[in-house]
Amino acid sequence: MDVLNRRTVEEKIFKLFMIVSICIVIGSLVIIFGLVIINGASSISIEMITQTPTPGNALGGGILNAIIGSLLLALPATGLACIIGIGIALYLQKEFSHPGFANFIRFTLDVLWGIPSIVYGIFCLMIMIALGMGSSLLVGIFALTLLEIPIITRYMDEAIKMVPIGLKESAFSLGSTKFETAIRIVRRQAFPGILAGILLGLGRGIGDAASILFTAGFSNRIPTSLFDSTAALPTMIFNLYSLPSGQPKAYAAAFILLVVVLLISIISRVLSKRFMKHVIR
Amino acid sequence: MLSSTIQIETKNLNVYFDKHYVLKDVNIKIPAKQLTAIIGPSGCGKTTLLKSFNRLLEIHDEVKISGNIFVDGQDIFDSKGDEIPDIRKKMGLISQKPYPLPMSIYENVAYGLKIHRKKTKKGELDAAIQHYLQEVGLWNEVKDRLHDPASRLSVGQQQRLCLARAIAVEPEVILCDEPTSALDPIAAQQIEKLLLKLKQNYTVVLVTHTLRQAKRLADYVIFLYFGMVIEQGPAEDVFNNPKNPATIAYIKGDIS
Amino acid sequence: MNKRKLRDLIGTKLMLIATLFVSLLFFLIFVLLLFRSGLVLQDNSLFDILFSSTWNPDNSQFGLAPIIIGTILVTGIALLIAIPISLLSAIYIAEYAPWKIRRILRPFIDVLAGVPSVVYGLCAFLFLVPLTKDVIAPWFGVQSTGLCIFTAAVILAVMVFPIIISLCIESFNAVPLALKEASLSVGATKWETVKKVVFRASTPSVIAAILLGFGRAFGETIAINMVIGGIPRIPSSVFSPGETLASLIASKYGELMSIPVHESALMLVALILFVVVLVFNILGVFILRRAKRRWTY
Ligand SMILES: Nc1ncnc2c1ncn2[C@@H]1O[C@H](COP(=O)(O)OP(=O)(O)O)[C@@H](O)[C@H]1O
Ligand SMILES: [Mg+2]
Repeated sequence: MDVLNRRTVEEKIFKLFMIVSICIVIGSLVIIFGLVIINGASSISIEMITQTPTPGNALGGGILNAIIGSLLLALPATGLACIIGIGIALYLQKEFSHPGFANFIRFTLDVLWGIPSIVYGIFCLMIMIALGMGSSLLVGIFALTLLEIPIITRYMDEAIKMVPIGLKESAFSLGSTKFETAIRIVRRQAFPGILAGILLGLGRGIGDAASILFTAGFSNRIPTSLFDSTAALPTMIFNLYSLPSGQPKAYAAAFILLVVVLLISIISRVLSKRFMKHVIR
Repeated sequence: MLSSTIQIETKNLNVYFDKHYVLKDVNIKIPAKQLTAIIGPSGCGKTTLLKSFNRLLEIHDEVKISGNIFVDGQDIFDSKGDEIPDIRKKMGLISQKPYPLPMSIYENVAYGLKIHRKKTKKGELDAAIQHYLQEVGLWNEVKDRLHDPASRLSVGQQQRLCLARAIAVEPEVILCDEPTSALDPIAAQQIEKLLLKLKQNYTVVLVTHTLRQAKRLADYVIFLYFGMVIEQGPAEDVFNNPKNPATIAYIKGDIS
Repeated sequence: MNKRKLRDLIGTKLMLIATLFVSLLFFLIFVLLLFRSGLVLQDNSLFDILFSSTWNPDNSQFGLAPIIIGTILVTGIALLIAIPISLLSAIYIAEYAPWKIRRILRPFIDVLAGVPSVVYGLCAFLFLVPLTKDVIAPWFGVQSTGLCIFTAAVILAVMVFPIIISLCIESFNAVPLALKEASLSVGATKWETVKKVVFRASTPSVIAAILLGFGRAFGETIAINMVIGGIPRIPSSVFSPGETLASLIASKYGELMSIPVHESALMLVALILFVVVLVFNILGVFILRRAKRRWTY
C-alpha cells in the first residue's frame, strides 16, 4: 500500500510538471501569435500592402517591395531546389546508388541542413564577389536554393524510402526501366511526402533572413531584373525592428509571414489528403 | 518426358543472399503454354526462383547468382544493363499482395502500353484497355469508374487489375507468386479460373503453398525443398507416384 | 526505342550530377572557408584567436573567446530550458492528453516549428526585452538593458520547443502498443510504463531530437542578433549583453568585408560554425548507432 502510494505520488508530481511545461509552451505560442496578430492587424492596411516605400523616406509608404521580393526570391529558389532535390532523392534509391554511397550523401545532406544559413549567405557572397556581381535577386535566389536543397531532399528521400519494394518490382516486371520506375511510379507513390518536403522548404526559404541579408541586399524598389538588389519580408523586419517608427512595417511584414506559414501548413494538409488517394498501401 | 517445347530452362542455378545459400543447383525445365506449379514449404526459395526468371532478384544488391537461365533458348544473363527491361517485358509478374500502380484504373492498364509505345492513338488505347479488362473479367465492374484511383478497388479486383496490366504488355510468360493467398475464397476462385484460361495462350508459372491448388491447376509440378529441386514432372506423376521420401511426406501433409 | 534509352541515359546522368553537386557543395564550402580564413591565421595563431579575450579588429585583435563563451552560454541555457520542458510536454501530448486536445496541439506545434526566426526575434525584442529589463533582471537585483544573453537564450529555447516536441511525439507514438500493454499488464502504473518502456524504447530518437535542437540553437543568427546586444565582451552575468558566433557574422559582415584581414576573421568564424556542425553530426551518427544497439525493441 505504502509502495503504491509513493508510486502514484511520483506520477502526480510529474504530471504537474507536464502540465506546467505544456502551459509554458502554449503560453509562449500565444504570446508570439498574439503580439504579431494584434500589432500586425492594426498596422496592416491597403497602402501597406500595395505601395512601395515613398521615395526619400524608407519608413513611409508600404512594404510591397518586400512582399514581391520575397516571392521572387523564395518561389524560384524552391523550384530549383525541388528539381535538384527530386533528382538526388530518386538517385539515392538502391537501384541507382550503392547503399554506402547513398548513406554518405545522406550524411552530407544532414550536415548541410545543420549549417547556419548565415554561412550559406557568406558562401554565396564570396562567389558573387569572385564573379564581379553585386548583391542581387539572382544571388539571393542562389543562396536560398542552397539552403532549401538539404531540407527538401531529405524529406523526399524519407518518403521515397517508404515506397514498397513490391511496387517497384511490379513496375520493373512490366518492362519499365529504372528511370521510368523512378520518375513515373516511385515519384507518384511518394508524392504526398515529396509535397510536404517542398512546402517545408518553401516555408524555410520565405522566412530566412540570414542567407539573403548580404546576397539579396535591400532596396526600396521592386526589382526589375535579376541583377537588382531586392528587399524581402524577413530582411525588412530585420532592418526596421529597432526603430519605433519602423515597427508598424516590421509588424505588418511579420503578420504576412505568419499568414504564409499558416497557409503553407494548411495547404500541406489539404493537398496531402488529396494526393493520398492514389497511394498504394 | 515433355510433350511440348521448353520455355524456361535453368542450368545449375545457384542463388545466395549475402552468405545465405538460397537456391542450390537448380535444374528445371518449364514447358511452354502449360501451367507449371512450383510447390514447397515456405522459405524454401520459391519466390526467389520465380524472380530469378525475369532478373528481378538483381535489384537486391546483396544477391549473388551463378548458373544459366534460358528463355526461348536465350541465356537471359547474356543481356546487359539496358536490355533487361526487354526480358522483363516478356514475363508478367503477379505478386502475393497486389500492387496496383499509384494511378487510375485506366492508367494502370495503359502504363505498359505507353512505356512500350504501343497503341498510341486514343481510340486504340481505349479499345485495348477495354479488351484487357474484359480478359480478366473486370470490365463490367469498373467500366463506369475507369478514372478512379486503383487503390480504391478491393484486393481481389486489384489482383485481377494487375493481371490485366501484365497481359497488356503481351508477355509470353506469366509468373504468379501465390496470387491467391491474400484473397478471399471467391476472389481466389476467379483468379484460378483466369489462370486456367490464360494457360492456353501463355506459359504460366504458379508458385503456390497450397497443395490442393496445385492439384487443381497444374500440368507440370516442381517440388522445391530447402532450395533444392527434389522432384519435377507432369502433375499426375508427381502427385500419384512421388519418388522422393520428402515429396511423399509433403504430399501426405507431414511437412507444411 | 532508341529515344527511350537516350532519355533514360540523360535522366540518370542528370540525377547523378545533382547528387555529386551536393557533395561537391559540401567540400566547396569547407575548402573556400578554409582558404579564405588563411589570411587571419598568418599573423595570429589559431590558439590565440580562440582563447584571447579581445575582439577589436581595428587594432588587429581577433580574440574570439568572449564570443565563444557567449555562444556556449546562450546555447547551453537555451537547451537547459528547452530540453526538460519539451520532453515533459511531448510525454503529456503523446501519452496523457485527451485525444481532442492532442488533435489541436499537434498541428499547432508544427506551425510553431515553421515560424521564421526573424518573427521570434521581433517578438522577443518587443516583449521579452522590456520584460527582462523591467521585471526579471531587477528581480535578481541586476541592472540590464534587456538586450542580453538571458533574453537570447529564452527566445532560443522557445524556438527549439517545437523541434524537440514534434520529433519526440513521433517517436513516442512509434513505440508498439503491445510493448506498453505488456508493461501495464504486469501491474506497472502509467507513469512507470512511460518512464521504463516508452522513454527507453525511444531513447535514440530522443537523442536525435535533442541534437537537432542543439543544431538549431547553435546556428541561429537573426533572432539572437536582434536581442543579444551585440557586444563581444566576456559577459559578467547572464544579464549582460554578449555576442554569438553566428550573430557576429550578421552584425559585422557589412562593415568588415572591405578589409581583407577583417573579412578573413569572419570567414574563420564561419569555418568554426561549419566544423562544429560537422563534428556534432558525426558524433550524432555514432551516438545513435550505439543507442540503437542498446535500446532496440
Ligand atoms: N531480400 C532478402 N534478403 C535476405 N534473405 C532473403 C531475402 N529474400 C529472401 N531471403 C531468404 O531466402 C529464402 C527463400 O525465400 P523465398 O524465396 O521468399 O521463400 P518462399 O517464397 O519459398 O517462401 C528464405 O530463407 C529467406 O529468408
Ligand atoms: Mg514466397
